[in-house]
Amino acid sequence: MTETCEGPRTTRRGLLLGLAATVAVGGTRLAFARTAGDARLVVVLLRGALDGVFAVQPYGDPAHAGLRGPLALPEPGGAGEEAQNPRLLDLGGFFGLHPALGGLHGMYAANEALVLHAVAGNWRTRSHFDAQDMLESGASERLSSGWLNRALAAVPNPEAARAGLAIGTGVPLLLRGPTPVGAYAPTGMERPSPDLLHRVAALQAGDPLLGPAFAEGLRARGFAAEALGQRTGPVDREQITFPGLASTAGRLLAAADGPRVAAMELGGWDTHAGQIPRLTPLLRILDDGLAALKAGLGPHWGKTAVLVVTEFGRTVRPNGNFGTDHGTGGAAFVLGGAVAGGRVVADWPGLGAGGLLDNRDLAPTLDLRGVAKGLLRDHLKLPAGAVTAAFPGSAEAPAVAGMVRG
Amino acid sequence: MVNATWHVAAIRFGLGPRLGEAPPADPRAWLGAQLGEEAPLPPGPSAGDGLRARAEDILDRNRSQGQLTGPTRAGQIARSTAQAWASRRLAAAAPFRERLVDFWMNHLTASRRNGQLNVLVGAYEREAIRPHVTGRFADMLVAAVLHPAMLIYLNADSSVGPNSAFGQRSGRGLNENLAREVLELHTLSPSGGYTQGDVTEFARLLTGWSVAQRAEPFGTIFRRHAHDPGAKRVLGRPFEEGPEAAEAALRFLAAQPATHRHLAVKLARHFVADDPPPAAIRTIEAALRDSDGDLGAAARALLALEAAWEPPLGKLRTPGDYVLALCRATALPEDRPEVVLNAMAALGQPLWTAPQPIGWPDHGEAWAAPEAIMRRVDWAHTLAGRLQALLEPRAVAAAVLGPLARAETVTAVDRAGSPRDALTLVFSSPEFMRR
Repeated sequence: MTETCEGPRTTRRGLLLGLAATVAVGGTRLAFARTAGDARLVVVLLRGALDGVFAVQPYGDPAHAGLRGPLALPEPGGAGEEAQNPRLLDLGGFFGLHPALGGLHGMYAANEALVLHAVAGNWRTRSHFDAQDMLESGASERLSSGWLNRALAAVPNPEAARAGLAIGTGVPLLLRGPTPVGAYAPTGMERPSPDLLHRVAALQAGDPLLGPAFAEGLRARGFAAEALGQRTGPVDREQITFPGLASTAGRLLAAADGPRVAAMELGGWDTHAGQIPRLTPLLRILDDGLAALKAGLGPHWGKTAVLVVTEFGRTVRPNGNFGTDHGTGGAAFVLGGAVAGGRVVADWPGLGAGGLLDNRDLAPTLDLRGVAKGLLRDHLKLPAGAVTAAFPGSAEAPAVAGMVRG
Repeated sequence: MVNATWHVAAIRFGLGPRLGEAPPADPRAWLGAQLGEEAPLPPGPSAGDGLRARAEDILDRNRSQGQLTGPTRAGQIARSTAQAWASRRLAAAAPFRERLVDFWMNHLTASRRNGQLNVLVGAYEREAIRPHVTGRFADMLVAAVLHPAMLIYLNADSSVGPNSAFGQRSGRGLNENLAREVLELHTLSPSGGYTQGDVTEFARLLTGWSVAQRAEPFGTIFRRHAHDPGAKRVLGRPFEEGPEAAEAALRFLAAQPATHRHLAVKLARHFVADDPPPAAIRTIEAALRDSDGDLGAAARALLALEAAWEPPLGKLRTPGDYVLALCRATALPEDRPEVVLNAMAALGQPLWTAPQPIGWPDHGEAWAAPEAIMRRVDWAHTLAGRLQALLEPRAVAAAVLGPLARAETVTAVDRAGSPRDALTLVFSSPEFMRR
């Protein structure tokens, strides 16, 4: 079985890789003049640990189908479409993308998406909470600030807004720290008059936590009202879904004097049971959100890179409940008009005998810190000192080169 | 300097002063008495009632072939238990005890993010948490971990011993979610030094404990045919095969020094400061160690900590704390629980709905996002608009802040253009935002 499939797989992979190279070389995107301060970076945190081997299935690995059982979806390209059990979307002959990620697959085919596999941070804890802290801190321990905030210190502030923007009512640790950041979330409540808000701001001013937060909130609301061209009032439920927020984030990032860096979160990935029915709609929401972000950015998509990460992967073998438990290596995505995509970046460790970490997890071969560092260096064009400040003590995880065009 | 003892007692240890409430003569004694008094369980549906209601809803729906509309039994239980929670806190006579209940509910989070828990979380509080807030931690842990709410929330109800009769027949196996979170979140914490091997062994040990959701006895059961055979070893300690091992292992974990340390850090963080002084942690830890994990002893040790009594109060109120404090400060009647519940959701902390098993964060930075603080002010302003005819802002400020009110807040309230604006300013002041 494996042997007879070997030929066509190689061909398909070669074809897609060739296609990618052609478009990347001939692409007009190379003509975009990108100056420091013009590039946009969005980080999407998937909290709860996305099963990377489910989202990006290594169907070409001979051990895959046997180890994964029902979690292995039908391979791409076979005869007939099954509505009940749709096929994987091919990524070049070895990996297949979950069928709910059709928009992302389209970006991959347009060479705007990189799929990273067998990635993990530098932590080997299987605790969500420690791992999320380290993912966001960019260090081997929880720091009081996040790597994206420290990186922002080197990003020029636009006129109207802060360079960094948190989407949602909270600011994730990733964006917390010494550099002030803005925040945006739609609300349905009455708002006090500007005069009263300034009196409140004066009362808050002396408080080390509330003073800056309130001042920042006023600033962010002023900017959002300006950039979105709407009166801030009651909102539709539509706007508070992940795709709705992503669309708004795209529009705010597109503003000429708007933020350059944004962070968003999407939870619900901790699928210990009944993984297929739980993950499929969630992957679709993620996919819709990425498409909405692209649409919101409009022409600025060409200057954008989006990094989609999670705290760790999950066990390769399903657990007793058609779910998966906490693991190590997983998948990540880098997408956007500025991304040199159309490739899977993976030093694949294999799922077969001896390949798994602790005989249970995908063994990581790529350090997530290197991925983030590559984007800070090559996309945001930050100086070496700023990259080091974002990821202190990360010499063993060199910046990954070649992820963005130009 | 006016004595702030009453306000510190009511704000830091309680749920905030209620407008019209007469301060006790001795606030410290008032708090201490809340730990000792007989505290009968409030009425409410049991876990069995909840599970039975849901099973009956399903039968009804099947019989009506999807034609059924209107409120379900399960929905009524979910609503009534949440409303009872809010009503009880609006008028609580023992608010310190209620705060402890909420603290331990958060420590042992069972979240309604999993919809199956809608009918169970109220019962979980009543059956597993509330009876033990001044009792032994080990008793609370056993009651919580083996409660239907927790077994379902962290998937233990469907974990199967791979070598059990059922596991062999069905090919199903372990789900290690509950085992890991008990070690990491409920007892030792990662600094306790357990391994993946301990997680797996503990998961094997817990197999068999499950929930009868569709039939009698509508509650926790032990399914021997799903229990993994053989002895297990957790942290080097052997446990025999069988249902007794779960309680034995939980009591063993509850008594570990790392567990006492973990609980002491969390208690000190909640009642003293986001970054509590090491001496406070050591005091609570010693109280737990010397009392064999008596949570009443730990609470009394907290009351005796001078560091917990020193104004200005530095803890940022969580959205839930903020909403309750404001509703009590305006004497919202206890038959209006929906005001509390709706506001908690609007401000980002819907009741019993923590996003992850670690529970809601208990440090200010997590809640001080710009938009989140703006929303508190929006909501306070909205509520003040409805209440302004009933309330005298200066009297409200005096009652709820007393000597904790800063001069500039008093001045701003005096100069406000309307009672509504004045109330908004009281509730937007940093001293009201903190506890």
